[in-house]
Amino acid sequence: MFYREAGQFKTSYQADVAIFPIRQDRIAIALIAVTAFIAIPLLATPYVFTGILIPFLILSLAAIGLNVLTGYAGQLSLGTAAFMAVGAFASYNFMLRVPGMPILLAFIGGGTIAALVGILFGLPSLRIRGFYLAVATLAAQFFILWFLTKVGWVTNYSSSGVITAQPIVILGYAFTTPPAKYLLVLSIVTLMALAAKNMARGNVGRSWMAVRDMDVAAEVIGIRPMRAKLLAFAVSSFYCGVAGALFAYAYLGTVEPEAFNLDLSFRILFMVIIGGMGTILGSFLGSAFVTLLPVLLSVTVRYLDSNLNLHIAESAISNLELMVFGGLIIFFLIVEPHGLARLWQIAKEKLRLWPFPH
Amino acid sequence: MQFFFEVLIGGLLSGVMYSLVALGFVLIYKASGVFNFAQGAMVFLAALTYVGLLEQGLPALAALPATLAVMVVLALVIERVVLRPLVNQPQITLFMATIGLTFFIEGLAQIVWGANVRGLDLGLQDEPIQWVTDTTGMVVSKFDLVAAGVAAILVTLLALFFNRTRIGRALRAVADDHQAALAVGIPLQQIWAIVWGVAGAIALVAGLLWGARNGVQYALTFVALKALPVLILGGFESIPGAIVGGLIIGASEKLAEVYLGPFVGGGIEGWFPYVLALLFLLIRPEGLFGEKIIRRI
Repeated sequence: MFYREAGQFKTSYQADVAIFPIRQDRIAIALIAVTAFIAIPLLATPYVFTGILIPFLILSLAAIGLNVLTGYAGQLSLGTAAFMAVGAFASYNFMLRVPGMPILLAFIGGGTIAALVGILFGLPSLRIRGFYLAVATLAAQFFILWFLTKVGWVTNYSSSGVITAQPIVILGYAFTTPPAKYLLVLSIVTLMALAAKNMARGNVGRSWMAVRDMDVAAEVIGIRPMRAKLLAFAVSSFYCGVAGALFAYAYLGTVEPEAFNLDLSFRILFMVIIGGMGTILGSFLGSAFVTLLPVLLSVTVRYLDSNLNLHIAESAISNLELMVFGGLIIFFLIVEPHGLARLWQIAKEKLRLWPFPH
Repeated sequence: MQFFFEVLIGGLLSGVMYSLVALGFVLIYKASGVFNFAQGAMVFLAALTYVGLLEQGLPALAALPATLAVMVVLALVIERVVLRPLVNQPQITLFMATIGLTFFIEGLAQIVWGANVRGLDLGLQDEPIQWVTDTTGMVVSKFDLVAAGVAAILVTLLALFFNRTRIGRALRAVADDHQAALAVGIPLQQIWAIVWGVAGAIALVAGLLWGARNGVQYALTFVALKALPVLILGGFESIPGAIVGGLIIGASEKLAEVYLGPFVGGGIEGWFPYVLALLFLLIRPEGLFGEKIIRRI
């Protein structure tokens, strides 16, 4: 009844290609933006910022990066965390070695270095496809982490391989409190998500999707697969690199290469699959799911444990969480293989007809 | 030169151990087109169950069939709960499902049997064979030789099974196209249960050998990661490929660690196999023995 575009006529080309063509969508987005930018910083507690919101946003960004590569361009990658590591450590070195480096420029620099590394490891995708490529990207994962651990110059010869991120200072303002960091991360993620959305619905995104659906056919109709694939690797790695830099600077503070292990790569892949491949919204939904689920699980298990006097051992709790996590992933894949974003789309279709479906 | 051969043989024999794990992957991929990431977790579960049963006081001869039964039941459950609802989904969905399965099996195994590191004694000593050392001066472990023998027997049996039996042919048909196989009357569910059961049995063999070598612990699940470069080098669909790939990876990894490692700071065993496999794939994108990919519009 309320979610209906009847009466909203598009009178110009601009209106027709708008990101959110329906007025209700625009209102909803505005509401979400107001909540995220104004209400949450006023209301949330420091734990919510540092424990949930900041990692959620940063991992969403990484998930968007992987979604560009896997969801839009169809190149399965298991090395996401390694590209994040490149971004984090490159930003660190820019800040360390270039005097007076503005931090935002260091983030962009970190992303660019990650993009270059991404192109390098993307080169095999021109010949290798499918699972062969997925396993080949594991080479990136293991090699990059080994490189960061072994080459002392990267970590400024820190004996344990741990780096401490410099404080974030922009135009003289130091982002030290959780709400400030949250707002910074939120702004960057919003901007980059918008950019990704626009890329995906434009010329570039369509060439990615053509390559994904059938690269031989795409080549025949005049899309250069090499350019499309390498561009996808570059853009994806750039996003992951920036996400990695934020992960180090706004979330962890002190980082070692091991923080970006294969486990993180898998978690980001889960976000993309559970959220929905080939949708930007899905990256956020997936990231929310994967970040919140362990928190909810551990709260629930502990609550049941203390109330029912089950006395489950600590190790059993973490194993139980592991089992439930794995089980839920399978459950979601079975119920909706196209991800949470698809559920949202179905809900919108239903809403359009509600309450008179005929 | 003698040192070179010693490293080479040590590498080849450890490569056989990788092949054992890779075989499980190949089997499931060949028969259902599923890239089963949970193989490492299955190896872990098998080894842990066997050791756990021994600790409960079961004799080895009873524990072995019992563990096998557990693996078969697991295969049946996986077929019913995970695979059947996912028929005809894209390969990546099935792949993700097996990653979820990995978490589930790892959690389950540790809840039931605990997370302690346990030793496993198969009655085989990991000691050099005196006779070989006397005649050639090289150290060859008896344990490794037995492992190699087991792998050889398994491969022969599997090759015969796939190429000579009716079920084997049905398996290849299923791998080719789920729907077409169903249409010509191949019972998909039975086939999948059989394949996962056999893969579980291979996981048991691999788990016993690896467990006896390194101790039964969580790190066994990482063995799967070692098997992946073996897979892509040999080709996903090829059983001989798993063996040859394992030998190449094992030997080159050890040689690289010994001769190349000191120049770059060591620890290159972790990534060298991947880079090697990657470079190899640039020349042959379908691996050594993989099926040639024909692409048409």
